[in-house]
Amino acid sequence: MLRRVRGMSPMLNLTPEDWTAVELSLRISVVATFVALPFGIAVAYMLARAEFWGKSLIDAIVHLPLVLPPVVTGYLLLITFGRRAPVGAFLADHFGIVFSFRWTGAALACGVMAFPLMVRAIRLSIEAIDRRLEDAAATLGANGFWCFLTITLPLTLPGIIAGMMLAFARALGEFGATITFVSNIPGETQTISAAIYTLTQVPGGDAAALNLVIVAVVISAAALVASEWFARRAARRLHGE
Amino acid sequence: MESNVLAVAVEKKLGEFVLDVSFSSAGGVTALFGASGTGKTSLINMIAGLMKPERGRIELDGETLFDSARRIDVPAAKRHIGVVFQEGRLFPHLSVKHNLDYGRWMSGYPADAAAFAHVVELLDIGPLLGRRPGKLSGGERQRIAIGRALLMRPRLLLLDEPLASLDTARKQEILPYLERLRDDAHVPMIYVSHDAREVKRIGNRVVRLDDGRVAAVGGVELLG
Repeated sequence: MLRRVRGMSPMLNLTPEDWTAVELSLRISVVATFVALPFGIAVAYMLARAEFWGKSLIDAIVHLPLVLPPVVTGYLLLITFGRRAPVGAFLADHFGIVFSFRWTGAALACGVMAFPLMVRAIRLSIEAIDRRLEDAAATLGANGFWCFLTITLPLTLPGIIAGMMLAFARALGEFGATITFVSNIPGETQTISAAIYTLTQVPGGDAAALNLVIVAVVISAAALVASEWFARRAARRLHGE
Repeated sequence: MESNVLAVAVEKKLGEFVLDVSFSSAGGVTALFGASGTGKTSLINMIAGLMKPERGRIELDGETLFDSARRIDVPAAKRHIGVVFQEGRLFPHLSVKHNLDYGRWMSGYPADAAAFAHVVELLDIGPLLGRRPGKLSGGERQRIAIGRALLMRPRLLLLDEPLASLDTARKQEILPYLERLRDDAHVPMIYVSHDAREVKRIGNRVVRLDDGRVAAVGGVELLG
């Protein structure tokens, strides 16, 4: 086993540019996942519990990135959050937050693309909670906020882990929306996916692309294993001794 | 009305029948007795603040908890009424000890080691404290549920068929604890059951419900 890995290592010969793409991909995916999380929990809770006029509209908007061509989502981000676009200009002028052609823009695109998957997983988990436990918490003096914090949220944990895993994987694989919104700038917005795409566009580049492909497979597999481990631990906490 | 600990007069349409009940309790153990489907659990939920009556009033220790005419509806979290549910409803992600402490945390009371030790001893749950509810037996779970409701220092304790989900042997296991609770805890209790033998052992006073209405009120001799 060890010998085979060592045998592969000359093949896994990443250039500094490749490493930059890997580091960027990880940073963008992690930031996108964690920044999306509080919004994901809030929206999932609202969709699972609240009844209000226009709920199906919100539901549809949240799921839109799942069904739209990613390039269309990227374009919509561009005309909303671009440097001269209304929201983009406002954020840049008042908060100094610039998305266009920055890695933050890539994180925004990834977060938007991953959002429906995250919300879906968390929402299912919230809907599966026995609400009678929340009633019991209320009789014990827990108001809405504390009940959410001490009962609902911990019981949602398996769904939150699954949602984060799905979001991270989606962010790591995101290509179309990112390249449309923030282009493919090495060192700033060129993720693993974009780097692989770039390499395959030059003659003989597919061999170099293979290195990045292997890295992508390893990261995805590691994320899957980690989330399985966390989910099993969370489930044991809920049902075990 | 003033001498009553609890006074209830509520009305609500529940599916096919109308719950229209008024009764009062001067303390001790009042048993709400009746076949299943007569609205006993709904009544408990209304007193606890988990279900809203359409009309009526609920008063506890002279405080109005609900009054449809004056639009008063104190939320469950502020009623300080302990509830022991039929299925226990322990929090699966918390240890037994943390389940027991939950009401105290939420009410912001300081830790009271003596009260805790007393309840643990009363219900014989010392060996279970470090465990999680998932692996407890039905009887153990109900004892924890009773302890959890007691430790929130309730003004009133509602027990909604606490033995219904247990087999005969487990019922015999819990009944002595309920008797100790009645004789020792000094908390007025409403005890819901459809089992006449249980009610005879636990209750001081019986309110018999039939089809959402009070059919009779009296002592345990009412059960024949």
